[in-house]
Amino acid sequence: MILVLGAVLLWLFGWWLNSRLASGPQANSRLVRFLAPLIFGLTIIGIWELFVRGLNVPLVILPAPSVIAVRFAGSLPILWVDFVQTIIKGALSGYIIGCFSAFLMAIAVDRWDFLRLGLLPVGNFVAALPIVGTAPILVMWFGFDWHSKAAVVVVMVFFPMLVNTVAGLREATVMQRDLMETYAATYWQSFLKLRLPAAMPFVFNGLKISTTLALIGAIVAEFFGSPTLGMGFRISTSVGQLSLDMVWAEIVVAALAGTAFYGLVAMIEKAVTFWHPSQRG
Amino acid sequence: MRSEGIRAIWAVLTVVGVILLFWYAASVPMNIKGVLTEFERAGQQVDPPKAVDRRDMSEFELVIDNPYAIDETWEQDRPRLPAPHQVAEELWETTVEKKITSKRSLIYHSWVTLSATMLGFAIGTGLGILLAVGIVHSRVMDLSVMPWAIVSQTIPIIALAPMIIVVLYSIGIQGIIPKAVISAYLSFFPVVVGMVKGLRSPDAMQLDLLRTYSASSSQGFWKLRLPASMPYLFTSLKIGIAASLVGAIVGELPTGAVAGLGARLLAGSYYGQTVQIWSALFAAAILAACLVGLLGMVERSVLKRMGMAQ
Amino acid sequence: MTNGKAVIEANGLNLTFQTNDGPIHALRDVRLSINKGEFVSFIGPSGCGKTTFLRCIAALEAPTGGTLTVNGMTPDEARQNRAYGYVFQAAGLYPWRTIAKNIKLPLEIMGYSAKEQEDRVRNVLELVDLEGFGGKFPWQLSGGMQQRASIARALAFDADILLMDEPFGALDEIVRDHLNEQLLALWARTEKTIGFVTHSIPEAVYLSTKIVVMSPRPGRITDVIDSPLPKERPLDIRDTPEFIEVAHRVREGLRAGHSDEE
Repeated sequence: MILVLGAVLLWLFGWWLNSRLASGPQANSRLVRFLAPLIFGLTIIGIWELFVRGLNVPLVILPAPSVIAVRFAGSLPILWVDFVQTIIKGALSGYIIGCFSAFLMAIAVDRWDFLRLGLLPVGNFVAALPIVGTAPILVMWFGFDWHSKAAVVVVMVFFPMLVNTVAGLREATVMQRDLMETYAATYWQSFLKLRLPAAMPFVFNGLKISTTLALIGAIVAEFFGSPTLGMGFRISTSVGQLSLDMVWAEIVVAALAGTAFYGLVAMIEKAVTFWHPSQRG
Repeated sequence: MRSEGIRAIWAVLTVVGVILLFWYAASVPMNIKGVLTEFERAGQQVDPPKAVDRRDMSEFELVIDNPYAIDETWEQDRPRLPAPHQVAEELWETTVEKKITSKRSLIYHSWVTLSATMLGFAIGTGLGILLAVGIVHSRVMDLSVMPWAIVSQTIPIIALAPMIIVVLYSIGIQGIIPKAVISAYLSFFPVVVGMVKGLRSPDAMQLDLLRTYSASSSQGFWKLRLPASMPYLFTSLKIGIAASLVGAIVGELPTGAVAGLGARLLAGSYYGQTVQIWSALFAAAILAACLVGLLGMVERSVLKRMGMAQ
Repeated sequence: MTNGKAVIEANGLNLTFQTNDGPIHALRDVRLSINKGEFVSFIGPSGCGKTTFLRCIAALEAPTGGTLTVNGMTPDEARQNRAYGYVFQAAGLYPWRTIAKNIKLPLEIMGYSAKEQEDRVRNVLELVDLEGFGGKFPWQLSGGMQQRASIARALAFDADILLMDEPFGALDEIVRDHLNEQLLALWARTEKTIGFVTHSIPEAVYLSTKIVVMSPRPGRITDVIDSPLPKERPLDIRDTPEFIEVAHRVREGLRAGHSDEE
């Protein structure tokens, strides 16, 4: 009971701290913008720990953060193998193939108006569908190993990337196109010097959306069959064995991988589209 | 303008036609080995006659050597790639010709998934809007919670799904609730982020105008922020409902659920019932398209009434 | 006037747009010749076809009737020969390129050598008084400076003709006066033929050797005024009786065009 009380106190303390920060003179500084979510996160973890211990919540329902941390530290080799299988082999290769082919397709779609008229509504339609559902089919075709996961990822990222890139390639204004016209520029000159750079914010938007989709695809596809490794495999078997600390450890890996992947793409975006108002602010 | 619309319809039909043609064409090499094996078992002459010899041959070569088998590649029981008409037949049989209460009716399975989706979507959207309002009005919440809501968008939180099902099962909750929980949290975060963006979309001049009227902050909310957020809300609702549907389907996988589109997918993949997988997939696609389309219609009529769209 | 050689010649030019509400006569029976070295302004209310005419010269629109030659060629051939530089209403500089790289854009497309590009960038930056700003990005400059950079971009490849579509329309009057002065100085130095669309009477009178007054529905020329003002024009010329006289005639022309319909 004392621990539960402690949790309540911790919550009040964390909230008080953030209120002070938010109404303080430094409220808009970088430091506060960084500290406040950190304090909030740590408070949540602290409360979680205290509640689980205070109320003796069984491991099969919710393991305490410390238990998860211990399991994480103790299973690094397994987690690493799973990470390589699911993220590097499955998600990353599918991401690269999917985004690249969607990019090429977008150029074709942009070039031929008929393709744009026909393919774009289909692409928009498919982009909203539950594509992870193709996983059982692709697992059947490409086997249990990472190739089928990469295939699922390709299908998942293709259409969002296509739709975004096509929108981006149409982003150059009429005036900018007219300017290229007055220079009697060829199609590829105007493509390389105008439309491609102008499309970059949209291309990166597609790339960023696709990072998360790639991880979702690679992990969920493993629920439909996989060799005896991989994050999705580990999650589903550990759930079956009720070792929830392992499940949480894998989720931590997934969270870190997702954030890092997204962050990396966002960093490249910042370097490439430094000129865009959204990056200058 | 009208001729442009007709041209667009033609273009879409052409693309769909090309996809169907390609699909039929792909079914031939995909299924040829299975067909030839069946023929061999039935005592028919195939070329080459032994399965071992055929195993390493390319599918295209086999098609050329056994052209009479092409018809059969579109009619198999368990093809690797069912032909479009097989999927269409299965869809027809399991929706129109089966009673809705039947365990083989896709409408029944779709309903199981849809109800969980809708329940979760309603909960997730409601909570998401509430949190967004809180974030916009409270600096503390903005600073503490908003970064996490944004980060959550980069994490495959769907990986939590199997655990939620099992944990809720172990404390005696099963059926629609666990799936709805997954649907709810998947739609929650996109709605929070979109709604915060929307509630913040009025520009400084519009906010200053209300200040000159010395409007209260709740007046500012009802008269400016909430109406201004509608386009953003609908955009994130469409993302949210698609995510909810995926959540409900994935939520049906881990426990070996017997009903729902996810269960049909999983059962199909266990027993190699490819036609069943494809028809479940199409049912899911049609469901998603209907849900998103319905939201789109509501969006158009609401925004039209509010004067935000033509 | 001075050389007496027509670089742009339009005869019975017509342009009709087909729209949902029926055809629109953007230009009807436009007849005009522009001589080398002239500064010609096109003035009129919106919809009078002044921009459309400029775009026809630039081969950005195709006339539906009549003839139009630029340097004795069709507008499209002239475009392929890079006969003109075009300045749009907005600067339209690429935000991902520095000012110098923006000015290099046409030079890259036209295949100039790297050294030649450098030299020309330096020259035109000096012409528009932007020395030292080559390394800046457009969004780091004021609106007036951006428009000057876009003029530099149009000058970079030495076309004889400069077509300007309300280039100073979005700028405030003080900046505009300054740029008008600079433009006249630039014109005197480079001896280009300039076609200039505007809807400001003082701007048209101050800048031009010839003022073309146009009116809408259908877009047509209602008056062509040869300016009696000297080539040398300080800003205060705008207070002289000659200036006011020309401005008056332009205003009359605009009013006459309007009275047709009201």
